Amino acid sequence: MRMSFRALFVGLAVAGFAAAPALAQQKLKIGFITTLSGPQGIIGEHMKNSVELALDHLGRKVGGLETEVIYGDDQFKPDVGKQVADEMLKKHQVQFVSGIIWSNVMLAVAPTVTQAGTFMIGTNAGPHDLAGKMCNELFFTTSWQNDQTPEAMGKYMQDQGLTDVYIMAPNYAAGKDMLSGFKRYFKGRIVDEVYTKLGQTDYQAELSQLRAKKPKAVFVFYPGGMGISFLRQYSEAGLRGQFPLYSVYTVDEITIPAVKHAALGQWETRFWSPDLKNPANEKYVADYRKKYGKWPVFYGAQSYDGILLIDSAVRAVKGNLADKKGMIAAMRKAEFASIRGKFAYNTNHFPIQNFYLLKAVAGATPGGDPVMEIQKPVFTNHKDAYYKECPMKW
Amino acid sequence: MNLILLLEQTLNGLQLGVMLFLMAAGLTLVFGIMNLVNLAHGSLYMVGAYLATAFFQWTGSFLLAVPLALAGTLLVGMVVEIVALRTLYERDHLDQVLATFGLILFFNELIAILWGRAAIYAAAPAWLSGHVELFAGLRYPLFRFAIILVGLAVAALLWYVVTRTRLGMLIRAGASNRTMVAALGVNIRLLYTVVFGCGAALAGLAGLMAGPIYVVQPGMGEEILIQVFVVIVIGGIGSIRGAVAGAFIVGMVDTLGRAFLKPTLATVLSPSAADTAGPALASMLIYMLMAAVLAVRPEGLFPARGGG
Repeated sequence: MRMSFRALFVGLAVAGFAAAPALAQQKLKIGFITTLSGPQGIIGEHMKNSVELALDHLGRKVGGLETEVIYGDDQFKPDVGKQVADEMLKKHQVQFVSGIIWSNVMLAVAPTVTQAGTFMIGTNAGPHDLAGKMCNELFFTTSWQNDQTPEAMGKYMQDQGLTDVYIMAPNYAAGKDMLSGFKRYFKGRIVDEVYTKLGQTDYQAELSQLRAKKPKAVFVFYPGGMGISFLRQYSEAGLRGQFPLYSVYTVDEITIPAVKHAALGQWETRFWSPDLKNPANEKYVADYRKKYGKWPVFYGAQSYDGILLIDSAVRAVKGNLADKKGMIAAMRKAEFASIRGKFAYNTNHFPIQNFYLLKAVAGATPGGDPVMEIQKPVFTNHKDAYYKECPMKW
Repeated sequence: MNLILLLEQTLNGLQLGVMLFLMAAGLTLVFGIMNLVNLAHGSLYMVGAYLATAFFQWTGSFLLAVPLALAGTLLVGMVVEIVALRTLYERDHLDQVLATFGLILFFNELIAILWGRAAIYAAAPAWLSGHVELFAGLRYPLFRFAIILVGLAVAALLWYVVTRTRLGMLIRAGASNRTMVAALGVNIRLLYTVVFGCGAALAGLAGLMAGPIYVVQPGMGEEILIQVFVVIVIGGIGSIRGAVAGAFIVGMVDTLGRAFLKPTLATVLSPSAADTAGPALASMLIYMLMAAVLAVRPEGLFPARGGG
């Protein structure tokens, strides 16, 4: 009796395994990896919210197929991100992996996914390697290449005829990329180039040094919590009125509620802002605010686009997920209602897109938080600096 | 190098030292007296910052929010001691590290559930915003100046309590020989709870003063905790005098290193070499200092007398 039960279980298990791939063919599975825990978990929350909103807008069917999105937490660590990606590929047998905030995590995850013959749709990190030599036909991104945003700020400050600029960033790979991107377009005199410790919370010592140097303007890259500390202390030290502050990835809809008036007057460059005028974006922003009660942030907007990009690919091949060539061809056309408006893909599968100058201005409601407002485009149809190194031709 | 800048940076170093001291005092007492490695000390700093922000919003008065937040952190500290840590005193340090690490995760998630994962806005009161003109050419942020004054006052108060009161006598006795204190009929359990609660309140004080200038978000305590451990290793574990000395040494070395190491190196090396080496060395300085202290005086600069 006991033996036959066991045999039955084994039989069931085998049948289950055999049935799984067959079922998977009829269903679209997307593995979405982001940071959901720890201090950076707030970014992942915005990305997940935006994916859910995209699913709502598509009637929970991406490309007309029954869709399951599996969320994975990379805990801000490359090795964990890779493990999660492996699990998505082997256990869940997803057809698309998407998400990823951090460049170092992306560099661990993207090769794992594309080598398994699966699509990787990046929705934030844009390390230069993936735009250049490491480009891959299965890799697409709905964000930007890291250097592009600081390039736009460098261009703007150059055009303004600014000189004697003091530049600062955390001392790690992306910090150096940001400052080198800035210097690619800014040719004026740089008073000093200062790198601070990654994750530093107190900038008072650096700010005292800055004041003593009397620069004409300041450019910084301080993402997340570092930006909150920096902006507060910059205002508190009374530097706001003395030296105009320009930045990238420092003031956004996540940090503004924590710094409020200390962000006022801040200049940023970005490819997108909630007030960008196009029907897709207006719908996204309005519905996001209605569903979640807060402003969306660019991390989320890109993730929303990621799902729409997948939708356009699956629709083009009429749900035949085995037709990868067909899906690549479809995605290269970028035929979907993007939150940034119409754009084209470059040969390396990075968007050719506009970058705008943004300013933090007082919100519409009295006493409300400041909001980012587009001032003017800095670059139109801007290509990244690395696409020529990418061997892909199409 | 101009004198006013040097003075301003010294004040910055002093201010960082004060914050580190408030954290280190509690941590070192708990380690010295209870022989407990408390990794969750940073969580109490976070609790202090969140409570102060919440009470400030609720009452609208910073002066009212401060005592409420301190009392709140004291209470949280005592409850943690009674519920979670009491059973750990006899266990070895690895068990304590694991358990208090668990507490860090618990507090971070609890705060994320209650307040959300996003950093929250913590304002300084209007009367503490702005600057003081210490003398011509040196304007210093008022809030930071207040931190220095409060920190020095607390250090003086602690010195008085530890050296001049009965509680302080018990604390000193507990730090040098716990078993003997218990054998003499002192209610050691109560002493532990009180000391832990006071340590928590000091961490809370540091947290509530950090709120308006740093970031109030889940996990904020872990960033400062590493430096605090460096402080107590340099100062000598279990010693208040060591915590004072260690905190000011670390505060000064870190601040002056960040400010002046690169320009100083640039006079010796090429500018590009100074650009690379300066920031890297500046962020390592306090750890190199710790290594040097450990090599020369493994028990720290001002070890607690007797030993447990």
